[in-house]
Amino acid sequence: MYRSNVLVCGGTGCTSSNSLKIVEVLKEEIKKNGLEKEVNVTTTGCFGLCALGPIMVVYPEGSFYSMVQVADIPEIVEEHLLKGRIVTRLLYQETVEDDTIKSLNKTAFYAKQKRVALRNCGVIDPEKIDDYIAMDGYAALGKVLTEMKPEDVIQTILDSGLRGRGGAGFPTGLKWKFAAANDADQKYVCCNADEGDPGAFMDRSVLEGDPHAVLEAMAIAGYAIGASKGYIYVRAEYPIAVKRLKIAIDQAHEYGLLGEDIFGTGFDFDIQLRLGAGAFVCGEETSLMTSIEGKRGEPRPRPPFPAVKGLYRKPTILNNVETYANIAQIILNGADWFASMGTEKSKGTKVFALGGKIEHTGLVEVPMGTTLREIVEEIGGGIPGGKKFKAAQTGGPSGGCIPAEHLDIPIDYDNLLEIGSMMGSGGLIVMDETTCMVDIAKFFLEFTVDESCGKCTPCRIGTKRLLEMLDKITKGQGTLEMIDEMEDLCHYIKANSLCGLGQTAPNPVLSTLRYFRDEYVSHVVDKKCPAGVCKDLLEFSIDKDKCVGCGLCARNCPVNAITVTDYIAPNKKKPAYEIDHSKCIKCGACIDNCRPGAVYKG
Amino acid sequence: MQKKISSIPFSGTPEQEAQLKETIARYIDDPGAVMPVLQEAQDIYGYLPYEVQKMVAEGLGVPLEEVYGVATFYSQFALSPKGKYNISVCLGTACYVKGSGDILSRLSDILGIEAEECTADGKFSLTACRCIGACGLAPVIMVNEDVYGRLTVEDVQGIIDKYND
Repeated sequence: MYRSNVLVCGGTGCTSSNSLKIVEVLKEEIKKNGLEKEVNVTTTGCFGLCALGPIMVVYPEGSFYSMVQVADIPEIVEEHLLKGRIVTRLLYQETVEDDTIKSLNKTAFYAKQKRVALRNCGVIDPEKIDDYIAMDGYAALGKVLTEMKPEDVIQTILDSGLRGRGGAGFPTGLKWKFAAANDADQKYVCCNADEGDPGAFMDRSVLEGDPHAVLEAMAIAGYAIGASKGYIYVRAEYPIAVKRLKIAIDQAHEYGLLGEDIFGTGFDFDIQLRLGAGAFVCGEETSLMTSIEGKRGEPRPRPPFPAVKGLYRKPTILNNVETYANIAQIILNGADWFASMGTEKSKGTKVFALGGKIEHTGLVEVPMGTTLREIVEEIGGGIPGGKKFKAAQTGGPSGGCIPAEHLDIPIDYDNLLEIGSMMGSGGLIVMDETTCMVDIAKFFLEFTVDESCGKCTPCRIGTKRLLEMLDKITKGQGTLEMIDEMEDLCHYIKANSLCGLGQTAPNPVLSTLRYFRDEYVSHVVDKKCPAGVCKDLLEFSIDKDKCVGCGLCARNCPVNAITVTDYIAPNKKKPAYEIDHSKCIKCGACIDNCRPGAVYKG
Repeated sequence: MQKKISSIPFSGTPEQEAQLKETIARYIDDPGAVMPVLQEAQDIYGYLPYEVQKMVAEGLGVPLEEVYGVATFYSQFALSPKGKYNISVCLGTACYVKGSGDILSRLSDILGIEAEECTADGKFSLTACRCIGACGLAPVIMVNEDVYGRLTVEDVQGIIDKYND
């Protein structure tokens, strides 16, 4: 028994700001103070509040230390762990209330969250299978193998209403049912951990924080459909997740929870890891399976669906990481428990990766049906710098932008589709008034043009033509006819592309056209970028009445476009400066260096 | 995206070749061997020149065309070597809206190379990469394994200088 437990976040966000060094120094300091028998240090998965990393929580007090520096460690050890005096100065300020500290679950960030898929993230040491077992880990697999028939398992998943968390929202139980109905000498269970949407990191956090949950669910799926082999296809860009998955698979083997004759029931199931190599299209199910086969990850037409002919032409199910993370909980707590959360057609919870112009960047898990406003304003803490909310982008390059008028819509699969976006895997990027929507559409199109595999013409050439038009518009060379032409092309690409990448690639353009058409029109007709982003349409100028004549802008101008005038504003001592627009390259160095804020763009 | 094929002559050692042969032997019976073998081959050589692809094709008994097809399909396979310090600039959505595009152009100005190129002295290479998942630290760049977050354009020169002595 330890007197205190210190949890330090070892997710990618916090390790990027040195949390592993913090663990090392922490252990040294604890030893120095002779506390190694009293204080236990655990490296956990992601806590979710990545903006405040590195994060450290000390129990039993539940003190939440944020943005911890290596230099703070000796003080925390001596004051808190040795003398029992919490170092209030270093706590996350929202948890400090006068003399007491508030429970983390009562802070705005955590209060509205409901953690099902993330329940063990930030709680257990993901590299220790015993930690997972202590949290009822592998109990669901035991229950399934000893008490349930495969068809009961499938029925439970069907009854729970769980839908695929990878984006499209296909009912998971139905997928399993189809695969179970097809007889074959070999079937496969695959896990899609090729989380490629820019700005999305839900799956990575689950794999880093709770890898066994995925292994256990895959074994349950294997039992349900009659498969003995599984593959996890994970991005090579996630080194920590890969490492922890390897450790987890080895440990599960050691404990007899993977391999032959699991729990002595005669059920065999084994899992292999396959690393991706940086191709976004491999997140599409048929491409992913072609890639596991070691080939170029190009999609193939459906039907036949994977449940009939998937990996190596055998019946296969493919689910996303977050989908699997819910399975064991559904088995243990029952389908009704799961179906009691969420909306009529979207059950359970959803994990979102909050990013962009938001105070609390990080990972949140909320019941389906939570409104965007609750996520952005309450959990996310709003937009920094008093700026105004403009749109939230969901679904990555396949999704769309949700404008302020829809902030109060309850988020679920169907509502998002209706307003022209989609759930996607859960990336949620917040944009404020300084984000140009045409530029954002162009950004996503650049991505899809780059990632289109080239197999089918509508996607390969269509997205390229779309990008060219967007590029012209951002340069002020667009026409109103071009906007209409673009819209037609979008519908054509959606209708005729082979796989999900092409079928959804025009969505960012369509949704920005739907809600922000006036911005397109400003670019085309007035040749202005209202958000001040598109450089070709910008002009930097100096407000001579605000200019104090310090000359910082002129000294920082790389092309000497700024010169002094002979105008001295009232109440000012020195003459004002001005910008020669014929020389200006619009780099923005002047605006960044102007302290009185006299330089403006527009 | 068109891959840049290196014109630097191949300089593999016998030790590297032995390592590659050992890798091929480990995967020879695996039906989906091409990708994992190329991944390990890239760890051994740092990139995948024609000579290495040929060894993989012959070792696994698959056509060179198929190996080349896989090597050029996936963005993580490099056909030209990386610099001693490889700088990756994250152009994921979160970093992009926080100005990582400006950071990339400043790096490109300072080093005199475009993204996906290597400086003539082999010291720095520059890559524009997809989201590395550190969105809380946006905008982010990585120099080899070191992560630099919450950057402004002004920070760039200082970071290069750290590696320049």
